Amino acid sequence: MLILIQALLIVAVVVVSLVLMRGGSNARHLAVRRIMLILFTLAAVLSIFFPELLSVVAGWFGIGRGTDLVLYGLVVSFLVFVATTYQRFRQTEISLTKLSRRIALDEAERPWEAPSNPTAHVRPHNEKKAGS
Amino acid sequence: MSRTWVVIPMYNECTVVGDVISGLLPTFPNVVCIDDGSADGSQKIAREAGAVVVQHPINLGQGAALQTGIEFALQDPATDSIVTFDADGQHRVDDAFAMVQRLRSGEAEIVLGSRFLDSRTKIAPLKKLVLKTAALQSKLSTGLDLTDAHNGLRAIGRDVATQIDLTQNRMAHASELIHQLAVLNPRWVEHPVEIIYTDYSKAKGQSLLNSVNILAELFLR
Repeated sequence: MLILIQALLIVAVVVVSLVLMRGGSNARHLAVRRIMLILFTLAAVLSIFFPELLSVVAGWFGIGRGTDLVLYGLVVSFLVFVATTYQRFRQTEISLTKLSRRIALDEAERPWEAPSNPTAHVRPHNEKKAGS
Repeated sequence: MSRTWVVIPMYNECTVVGDVISGLLPTFPNVVCIDDGSADGSQKIAREAGAVVVQHPINLGQGAALQTGIEFALQDPATDSIVTFDADGQHRVDDAFAMVQRLRSGEAEIVLGSRFLDSRTKIAPLKKLVLKTAALQSKLSTGLDLTDAHNGLRAIGRDVATQIDLTQNRMAHASELIHQLAVLNPRWVEHPVEIIYTDYSKAKGQSLLNSVNILAELFLR
């Protein structure tokens, strides 16, 4: 029975991580994350009022104690957190890179545009300035 | 009219980059240094040596600098080829020149440097093993039969360069480039180059442990 639970947990980790990682952060994924958070909160509140409840649920799955169930849940949610955070960090990094590159290229000297004027070193958007 | 831009990613290289640029200029008059947020005055030295300097406002990584350099060179309508060159003095200008000649002859659309095609490069056995493993890994995953998958010296034709889009900012960009080449499928050829291992380039270059980072970045992209 424990093997089954472990297999289920592994599948849950992989599937949830993949679902939340792929496709980025659209409204549906955000909703799923919030629903999971609400369920987690409800479970936490219930377990305070009925401390033995978790152990009963754990018993259904063949896990010895309620605390073990909480630990498993925590491991899963931590892995999901790591995966989604990494993905969001990557997205932020890509945006930041594009922004920085735009700035770097806009500020760069363009020697092919002013070959006869070596003093004009930095000429960002010179064509726009000339037009406006 | 055809023009070659040499793209040099640069990060805190003030002691060597000036010599690298002055070594290049007689052969390649158009050199652009992508300064990746250096704090040691490399920008000034590169400008005084005669290169165009494009400055990232913050440090992003070598892959990001290469992509910026390629996009800068492509803005010049006369550009027909782009050479990527390391700032630490480990590449030879003669090799780069021969590679551009091969590109211009129409033999290939991209010429990739390889240190394993002749016996000039003296390399430590462990480093050789890691590089050979990396080449084998890239062959298995992309089908491109390269002998040296992590060589920084390349000559890229304009058509191929416009289609390159590196998003791996740090060290995995060499692998990413090969993945993109495998999709683009240009006519490519490897050219024997010598890597000059100085104490400086050894200290500055990738440690073997960095291959762990490269693998992690590739798996978690």
